[in-house]
Amino acid sequence: MLRRFLGNPKVGIGLAIIGLFTLVALLGKPFAAEIMGRTPQSIFPEAMGASPSWTHPLGTTSSGQDVFTWMLYGTYNSMFVGFASAIIASAIGIAMGTAAGFLGGAVDRLLNGIILIFQNLPSFPVLIIAATFWREMPLLVVSVLIGLFEWTGGARRIRAQALSLRGRDFTTALRTIGESKLRIVFVEVMPHLFGILSPIFLTLIAAGVGMQASMAMLGIGNAAEPSWGLIINYAFGMNALFRGMWWWFVPPGLCLALLGFATTMVNFGLDEITNPTLSTRRMTLMRRFLKQNRRITPRADASTTPTGAVS
Amino acid sequence: MTTSATSTSPASAAPALDETPSRGRRRVPPNLIFLAKRAVTYLAVFLVSVVLNFVLPRLMPNDPAQSMIRDIYDKTGQRPSEYQMSIIHNMYGDPNASIWEQFWNYLVQLAHLDLGRSIMYYPMKVTDLIVQALPWTVYLGLVSTLLGWLIGTYLGARLGWRPGRLLDTIVTPFAMFFSSIPPFWLGLLLVWYLSYSKGLFPAQGAVNQRVRPAELTNLDWVLSIAYHSLLPLVCLIVVGFTGWLFSMRNMMITTVNEDYVHLARAKGLTPERVRNAYAARNALLPNVTGLAMSMGGVLMAVVLAEAVFIYPGLGGLIGASTAVRDYPLMQALLLIVIVLSLIFNFIADSVYVLLDPRTREGS
Repeated sequence: MLRRFLGNPKVGIGLAIIGLFTLVALLGKPFAAEIMGRTPQSIFPEAMGASPSWTHPLGTTSSGQDVFTWMLYGTYNSMFVGFASAIIASAIGIAMGTAAGFLGGAVDRLLNGIILIFQNLPSFPVLIIAATFWREMPLLVVSVLIGLFEWTGGARRIRAQALSLRGRDFTTALRTIGESKLRIVFVEVMPHLFGILSPIFLTLIAAGVGMQASMAMLGIGNAAEPSWGLIINYAFGMNALFRGMWWWFVPPGLCLALLGFATTMVNFGLDEITNPTLSTRRMTLMRRFLKQNRRITPRADASTTPTGAVS
Repeated sequence: MTTSATSTSPASAAPALDETPSRGRRRVPPNLIFLAKRAVTYLAVFLVSVVLNFVLPRLMPNDPAQSMIRDIYDKTGQRPSEYQMSIIHNMYGDPNASIWEQFWNYLVQLAHLDLGRSIMYYPMKVTDLIVQALPWTVYLGLVSTLLGWLIGTYLGARLGWRPGRLLDTIVTPFAMFFSSIPPFWLGLLLVWYLSYSKGLFPAQGAVNQRVRPAELTNLDWVLSIAYHSLLPLVCLIVVGFTGWLFSMRNMMITTVNEDYVHLARAKGLTPERVRNAYAARNALLPNVTGLAMSMGGVLMAVVLAEAVFIYPGLGGLIGASTAVRDYPLMQALLLIVIVLSLIFNFIADSVYVLLDPRTREGS
């Protein structure tokens, strides 16, 4: 089963990129601090606005900070927001989705209303309002806020899944032998939800990172906690564009794009696995087969098709 | 038998079914009920956002009224004037008044469309600032969405017609990558390379201020706007067309295997005709309805792109007002953004119901 998933090139490549980012996030900070002996705050006055070199692999900012160190710390912070917001959003999504799908009736209607409201509430503006009033908003708060607005998609899909699981024989059987509802949900149903939850979770990570980057681009966030978005915002504010200091603003954006690309790949791959009609490999094989077939059997004559006369 | 191809399109199937009188009469109300339900939802969302707009500043650790006074002091070096203090009182209420009184006053002001005065552009009214900025954002948003939709849908139809072919294997991964690029970052790259390095395009602004008079009849002025908006539009389109491409491609892949497409092929029609008149025509529906639906979401991408290109639209205002913490302007802007996206979503829902009878079953 696992081989079937990882065997799909899109899923494999996508997961590899996400894994790499996670690894850099985990190891980057201690690497910069312990081995290179640099923090985002350290300043190199002899190399102000220097282009990439061996001592500064990604060059320095106009005030002499090492961009590579910033990127290592930024990867940690961005991925932290991604994972934290995804965990919060999935937790709310699972709770709301299973409650709505399993309890049904009035609870379902009420939760559905809440889901609809949150789904239509544009999250970004509300996040900005919150952030404007909270100066130097800590990353954990940013993650919680993002998580609070991103759970609706997951909740809807989990609700649908829970609804279908409720009608299955094994849950009915458990109920007839007197198993408690809670136990059925936690022990028997939850494992079935992980299948649909994992792609949602990956998408949520990328969405959280992107959302945080967009907020940071508008200057929201703590300057002591560099993230990909904040590095771009800082470069923009310090006129890196006009000075042509591409090493300052290209890498963080590239990381953002790559992370999004990886999740898109995984989702496309999973789509292909679950819905074989979308698989391009299968389509190519089928067309080759049809082409060979056409050579063997003569082309269908319009007048002899089973549908009868064709205009 | 040609009707078999067209009648599978749900829009044209509906009237045929409505001819039986008993069903026809029962079929009209669900439409209205669906829309009414949605309208209630949107009303609820609007109320929630109004309440959030009131509650959030009061939940935050810093007292906004205090920090507003401090901001004014920081910027002007003077204590806020009597008039400014009265505005702050209007915005955040008398601190001694009960929360319900404050909320009532806030609602009364909203009902009068009185959103206070900006701190940054004091004493400009916030509503006037927004009215000036709105046309630019609407222009960027509409043009980029429509062009992105056309490009994406056309390419998607081409790719989905023969998935796995050379064009598909080249274009689709590129589109996947484009779809993940943050629009504001692409904007930065364009400004850096095309504006500053090559000097081909203006790096900021929406129009050359020296071109007069600023009227739609003045061709020079219109051309200057088009020239200035080229980079923001390119950046929004490159990122935006991909969503349409994917949905169109996937719909095409499923449509291509439908019986009526096989029939059309068997009839010996030219591939172009089968593709455009049979497969693409029926695969198009989700993209048509999605177009209206996306208008609300596009707003935020436009806002960020505007911040990069220092475009005089809502995005520029949001960026500037967050930087100097112009609270009255911020709150008004965000309320406007929410209302705009709600309006667009409601239009989308109405269009959806009109075009796709299947939604009624879902409601």
